[in-house]
Amino acid sequence: MLALQILIDGFAISALYALGATGFTLIFGVSGVLNLSHGAIMVAAAVAAWAAASVFQLDSYSGALVGVAVAALLSLATYFTVVQPIQRSNKIPNEEKEIFVLTATLLWGIMIQEAIAYFFTNNAKTVLPIIEGVVNIVGVRTPKNELFTAAVCCLVIGLLWVLVNRTRTGKVVLAASMNPRGVTILGFELTNVYIVVWAIYGVLAGIAGVLLGMFLGVSSYSVGPLTASAFSIVVLGGLGSVSGSLIAAFVVGYLETFTAYMISPAYRSIPALLLLVIVMYIRPQGLLGRR
Amino acid sequence: MTPITHRRTAWSLILLGATALGLSLSGAAQAADPIKIGVIAEAQSIAGASIPQAAQMAADEINAKGGVDGRQIQIVAYDNHSSSADSVRAFQRAVNEDKVHAVIASYISEVVLALMPWAARLKTPFITPGAASNEITRAIHENYDKNKYTFHGYLTSAALALSVCDAAKELLVEGKKMKSAVIMSEDAAWTKPLDIGYQECLPKIGLKVLDHIRFSPDTTDFTPIFNKIEAAKPDVIITGISHVGVQPTVQWKNQQVPIPMFGISSQATNSTFGKDTNNAADGVLYQGVSGPGVAVTPKSVPFAENFKKKFGNYPSYAGYTSYDDVYMFADAIKRAGSTDADKMVAAMEKTDWEGTIGRIQFYGKEDKFTHGLKYGKGLLTGLMLQWQDGRQIAVWPKEVAKSALKFPSFIKFSAN
Repeated sequence: MLALQILIDGFAISALYALGATGFTLIFGVSGVLNLSHGAIMVAAAVAAWAAASVFQLDSYSGALVGVAVAALLSLATYFTVVQPIQRSNKIPNEEKEIFVLTATLLWGIMIQEAIAYFFTNNAKTVLPIIEGVVNIVGVRTPKNELFTAAVCCLVIGLLWVLVNRTRTGKVVLAASMNPRGVTILGFELTNVYIVVWAIYGVLAGIAGVLLGMFLGVSSYSVGPLTASAFSIVVLGGLGSVSGSLIAAFVVGYLETFTAYMISPAYRSIPALLLLVIVMYIRPQGLLGRR
Repeated sequence: MTPITHRRTAWSLILLGATALGLSLSGAAQAADPIKIGVIAEAQSIAGASIPQAAQMAADEINAKGGVDGRQIQIVAYDNHSSSADSVRAFQRAVNEDKVHAVIASYISEVVLALMPWAARLKTPFITPGAASNEITRAIHENYDKNKYTFHGYLTSAALALSVCDAAKELLVEGKKMKSAVIMSEDAAWTKPLDIGYQECLPKIGLKVLDHIRFSPDTTDFTPIFNKIEAAKPDVIITGISHVGVQPTVQWKNQQVPIPMFGISSQATNSTFGKDTNNAADGVLYQGVSGPGVAVTPKSVPFAENFKKKFGNYPSYAGYTSYDDVYMFADAIKRAGSTDADKMVAAMEKTDWEGTIGRIQFYGKEDKFTHGLKYGKGLLTGLMLQWQDGRQIAVWPKEVAKSALKFPSFIKFSAN
C-alpha cells in the first residue's frame, strides 16, 4: 500500500514538475535564455488565482484563469522589459549577453517576489481546488484534485507536443530552436517567434503555478526553490531538450517522494541534488542533452 | 513675473516654512523630549505586521491623554525582513542613531536570541511580543547582570505546552474520551522546549504519545507526514507549528486526514487564516492568548475592534502583546521617573499590568524563567480557540467559551 501511495503521489508531483520545466526548457531551446524569474512567475500565478477567488469572490475556474492570464502577461513583460533590451543592446558585448540575461531575470524574479510579499504578505496561500473530495484507490485515500492536477499536466504537455509538431507556428518554433538564422532567411521575424514562445511559456508556467497552489500551496518563499528545481530538472534532462526534461522531472519527482516516505520528509530534495552532481560528472550534457 | 522670480519666491517660502517648523519643533523639544520606542518586526508576515501597528496605536492613545509626564511617545519602526542580521543592524541603528529608549522586537525566537547580546551591550531595555523559546529566559536567568535588559513578553514554550495540556485535559480527555496523541512539530528553536513540555505533560493528562514527528519548516508536501501519523492511529495530532501553517492545514483538509489537529498553530491566530486556507482551517484547534470577541480582560475587545477599524483586519497574537508592551514601558518609565535603562529595568520587573491578554507580571531573578510572563490562573492561562465556519471561536476555558467543539465531517472519533 505504501508503494501505491508513493506511485500516486510521485506521479502527481512529477507531472507538475514536468509542466513547470517544459516551458523553462522550451525558452532555452529556442532563444538561449535561462529565465531565472521562473519561480516568481509561477508563484505570481498562484497568488493571483488565490486573490481572484478569495478577495474578488470569483469561482475557482475563473480564479484559475486569472492566475494563468497573469503569468502569461508577466512572461511577456519579462521578455519585453528585461530580455529583449539586453539582447538588442549595442553596449553589451554579445558574448556577455547570456550572463546579463541570467542576472537580469534573477533580479526581476526577486522584484516580483518582494512585490508579492509586500502586497500579499509572505504567508502561504492556497488556490481553491477545482474538484473537492477524495477517492479511494485500492486503499489509498487520494484527493480528487491531485488526480485532476496530474491529468491536466499530462493533457497540457500533450497539447504542447501537438502544437510544436503538428502546427505551422509550432514548426517555426522548432525550426528556430535548430537554426535561428535559417528561419530568418526563410522570411520569419525571429522576434515574433520569441513572442510566441514566451507566451506559451507564460501559459505553461501559469498552469503549473496555479495547480501547485491547489496541490501544496505557495508563498513568496517558494520562488527560489521553484526556480532551483526547474533549473536542476532541465540541467539533468539536458538543456533545451523537452523530452529530457520530461524524463528528468519524473526521476526527480519520484526520487523526492521515495525519500520523503522511506527516509524522512526533511531530506526530500537531497538525493535528487546528489544525482544532479553525479550526472554533471559523468554526463555533463544531461540525460538527453544535445551539446 | 518671470519664471526665475517665481522659483525664488517658492524657495524663500519653503525656507521660511522650514525655519518656522524647525523653530516650533525645537520649542516643543525643549518642553519635553519624546520617549522613543524602536519597533523591529517582520513587516511582510501577518504575525509581524501587527507589531508596529499595535505599538503605534498604544502610543497614540497614551499621547492623546497627555503622554508620560508630559512626554510624548514616539514609535520608530524598522522592517527586519524576518532576518536576524537585519534585526541586529536595525537594533544598532535604533539605539545609536535614532536614540530610542527601549525596543520591542520580533516574534521569531532565533531573531530575539540574536538581539539579546545587543540589548546587553547597548544597555537598552528590550521586549519581544511573540517569541517563545525557553532559551530567552534561560539566558537571562543564567547571566542576569548582562541579560537583564531583555524581557520575554510572550509565554515561553514550556508555558505554551502547559496551556495546551490544560486545555486538552478538559476538551479532549474528559470531553471526547481521547487516549492517544502524536506530536507534530516544525524543527525550530521554539519547538524544542515545547516538545519536551508536551512529552512530559501529555501522558500526565492521559494522552499516550504514540509518535513524535519533527519536520523541516521548508516542508511543502505534508502527505508523507500525515500518512505516518495516520499509521500510528492516534486520537489527536498535537501541533507545534508557526513558520508553516497554511500548507499543512490545507493538505489536512484536501486529503481528509480523519484526525483533529490541536495545539500551537501560530498562523491560525491570524484573522486572515480562514481566507488564506480557503476555509480549510475549519475544525483546527489552536492555543492563543487572545481572539476577536474574547473578553480575556476588559481591554481585549475594544483594542481588537479599534485595531480592525484602523487597519482593516484583526491584530495577530503579537499585535495584542506589542500593544501591551508599549503601555508597560510607559508605565515603567512613569514609575521609574526616568528613561535611564537600569531604572527602567528595575521598574519593569515590578510590572503588574492588566493588558489585553491577561494580568501581566514577570518572573524574578531567582525564578527559572527570569523575565518571562507568569503563567497561572488569575494571571495568564491562554485560551483554546477553534476555527468554525470561517470564524475564530473561543472554546476554552469555560469562562470565555462561546461554543462547543465542532469538526468537519471527515474527522472520525475512534474513541467515541
